[in-house]
Amino acid sequence: MALLYVVVSGVLLAAVVLITVFILRLFGILRHASEYKPGQKGSVSLLVVAGSGGHTTEIVRLMGSLSRSYNPRHYVIADTDKMSEEKIRTFEAEQEKSGSPSQFTIHRIPRSREVRQSWSSSVLSSLSALMSSVPLVFRLQPDIVLCNGPGTCVPLCAAGLLLGVLGLKRVLIVYVESICRVETLSLSGEILYYFSDYFFVQWASLKDKYPKAIYLGRLV
Amino acid sequence: MKTVFVTVGTTSFDDLIGAVTSDESVKALIDRGYTDMVLQVGRGSVVPDPDSCPGLTLQVFHYKDSIAEDMRHSDLVISHAGAGSCLEALGANKALLVVVNDKLMDNHQLELAKQLQADSHLIYCTCSTLPQTLRDMDLSALTTYVPGQPQNFANFLDKAVGLV
Repeated sequence: MALLYVVVSGVLLAAVVLITVFILRLFGILRHASEYKPGQKGSVSLLVVAGSGGHTTEIVRLMGSLSRSYNPRHYVIADTDKMSEEKIRTFEAEQEKSGSPSQFTIHRIPRSREVRQSWSSSVLSSLSALMSSVPLVFRLQPDIVLCNGPGTCVPLCAAGLLLGVLGLKRVLIVYVESICRVETLSLSGEILYYFSDYFFVQWASLKDKYPKAIYLGRLV
Repeated sequence: MKTVFVTVGTTSFDDLIGAVTSDESVKALIDRGYTDMVLQVGRGSVVPDPDSCPGLTLQVFHYKDSIAEDMRHSDLVISHAGAGSCLEALGANKALLVVVNDKLMDNHQLELAKQLQADSHLIYCTCSTLPQTLRDMDLSALTTYVPGQPQNFANFLDKAVGLV
């Protein structure tokens, strides 16, 4: 009986220690974002979460401003999305016309949450999105995950952070809250405010509520 | 020829298609001098007949790779409140009437429409107030929308990651 008690408390203690180390390491990594400069090697590989619809339009506008040093570019879109792939291909074709060769790939993962989907089934589909995010991010090993708020971006950012926690690769999480958000953050924004390296908002009223956010005016 | 272009974006918004093709809305549009209406209905199940709006030449489609052409050829855009469609219409310098879907679970779309209306860049309403808005709105009061500056984002990021 006493032995069982020792074993159980030992296992519990180990679990607590493991989780604590995991959390401390996660926040340790996030605190030192400004010291990590992947651009010093000349180029920065990007994983771009395009999500769907309006989110894609916004992210394509942001991509249009980035130099060719952000290369290669891996786009991830929700597998139920019809219009995003075309928008991305059009954008990349235009980029190629204006000079340097284009290096990009497009990947599809299950959508975390459809508009009007209930919260309980959202949890299940988010889990399935995480299952496909981890292998994808581990394979692509991007320097940056760039996203602007579709549900799909949380599991992809989580996978990026996991690479860092495990010491395999530091991945910067860059979050640009959608221009739709004037007074409140999206659910993804609420979560990633605490787990991103650079968090942008596009309206001054949000900067007031979320002081850690970066506000440079409207970006898209 | 004066054209109004109606877009619901990537999903569906049957109530909007229904409201804009109602007798009242069609009459208001004709009174304002519109001759043509183009409807992008997405995966919606309300697909009006080409001859269902007497007085207006009607064109209906589900999706196109790009709606930029339809935007460019229109004099007025009636759009769902999605940021993509709104910004595309404002970027094309079109008069924009946004119809907010009050049936969505998390109706954050209203935030952007409210703000952009406060800045006089668009007018917004709901499906039920659409006919009245079409009658009463004053498009001449709208002001030009200055697009956002993605270059500010790029400059910041270049510095943050050590590219410059």
